Amino acid sequence: MATSAVTHYFRSSIGRKQLVAITGLALCGFLVGHLTGNLLLLVSSDAFNIYAHKLISLGALLYVIEAGLAAVFLVHLGLAMKLNMENMQSKGKYQQKTKTGRGTTFASQTMPYTGVMLLVFLILHLISLKFGTHYETTVDGVVMRDLYRTTIEYFRSPIATAWYVIAMAAAALHTSHGFASAFQTMGWNHGKYFKNVKRLGLIYAIVVGAGFAGISIWCHLKGV
Amino acid sequence: MSSDNTFSLNLKIWRQKGANAEGKLVDYHVDHVSPDMSFLEMIDVLNEQLVRKGEDPIAFDHDCREGICGMCSMMIDGKAHGGYKNTTTCQVHMRLYKNGDTIVVEPFRASAFPIVKDLAVDRSAIDKVMIKGGYISANTGNAQDGNSILIPKPIADEAMDAAACIGCGACVASCPNGSGMLFMGAKISQLALLPQGQPEAPQRALNMVHEHDTLGFGNCTNHAECEATCPKGISIEHIARMNREYIKAAFTYHEKTRSE
Repeated sequence: MATSAVTHYFRSSIGRKQLVAITGLALCGFLVGHLTGNLLLLVSSDAFNIYAHKLISLGALLYVIEAGLAAVFLVHLGLAMKLNMENMQSKGKYQQKTKTGRGTTFASQTMPYTGVMLLVFLILHLISLKFGTHYETTVDGVVMRDLYRTTIEYFRSPIATAWYVIAMAAAALHTSHGFASAFQTMGWNHGKYFKNVKRLGLIYAIVVGAGFAGISIWCHLKGV
Repeated sequence: MSSDNTFSLNLKIWRQKGANAEGKLVDYHVDHVSPDMSFLEMIDVLNEQLVRKGEDPIAFDHDCREGICGMCSMMIDGKAHGGYKNTTTCQVHMRLYKNGDTIVVEPFRASAFPIVKDLAVDRSAIDKVMIKGGYISANTGNAQDGNSILIPKPIADEAMDAAACIGCGACVASCPNGSGMLFMGAKISQLALLPQGQPEAPQRALNMVHEHDTLGFGNCTNHAECEATCPKGISIEHIARMNREYIKAAFTYHEKTRSE
């Protein structure tokens, strides 16, 4: 082989899929952290603001973490798009006239669409909250950003809330296939435990999707 | 022999004169279909009718007609081999259909399987992948005592399940991405499970996957449509084993040259 095995890996279908899988699982991990943080909204405005302030106070380290997260996201998105574009070429000139899916599910077929929805969501999410209106508050004598107020004000809009619920339904759908699929791609499929991986994927999708959507609705009800 | 129980069918069959010709579904009506006929025999009957009328018979692949050669590639009502559990097209019997049914018959659709004519496709891409390592080339000498290489029964069974692949290409045709991972995974997995296959396992994984990717097969996205379709009931666990074999080979295997 002219190219080395490792170079070959990063060009091959399996190698690129495994990168999509591992970055996908990393993003799943991130969502758990994010959701846990969001739960502080339910505790009190101070609890949430202190948490946000601690993250902001990380300074340069936060930028490094954010850059890492952005890199993981871009690898996931870029490779998945490339693989999907290749797949669009691989069924030949004619589309099959009749189709009866037996292994495919609604979630597995809509992965590229739910993925793009999440990309649009992510951009709007960053604009409206992270880079949203900047308020200040004082907790225990420390001046900090009042991200709680930004959040509650944002979710006053029923349209914004509805969009979040829809986007989180897409996230649930995306991860309901993606979670177990990543395990299969990494080769972690064995008759002994794979059924439980699939179950865990479904539980993950429901908990994360319903968790984020539920908090958006809670914020909406709190704000109006 | 009474032919009282014969019936009639309406068929929509893909007709395409050659690889680059335009194709379309053409309506046919076939009488005297016996419930004891196989699907292929039913097409034989139709072809006889067409020949008698001076028309071009429908080209389709077939060989053993007993479910082991994997030649009878066609999509019946959108499902490879008709979609009956563990069944190839030649083993689909007309008793599964009733008088007046309309059946849509199309060729396997995949870029890696260009259409030759009508329902016949060129599945040589499967052989090309196989040539890159779907075998053992180690010189084994004379036949050894059967018990000199011990293989646990569960491992032997699992290797046998993978070895059941007949290379029919139904996995590729049913895959929404036209990927050949189930067929390739079955072979890589089968040989990786057995001591005789292990010495060449890394080269095999690297070379076969590389060939697969260059032949126009798509990328697997774990729909598992292949597993549901496979006439030999091969599990996607073999794809997972191939994925493990492949990543292991990519990061640990390197060919040492003696030129240094």
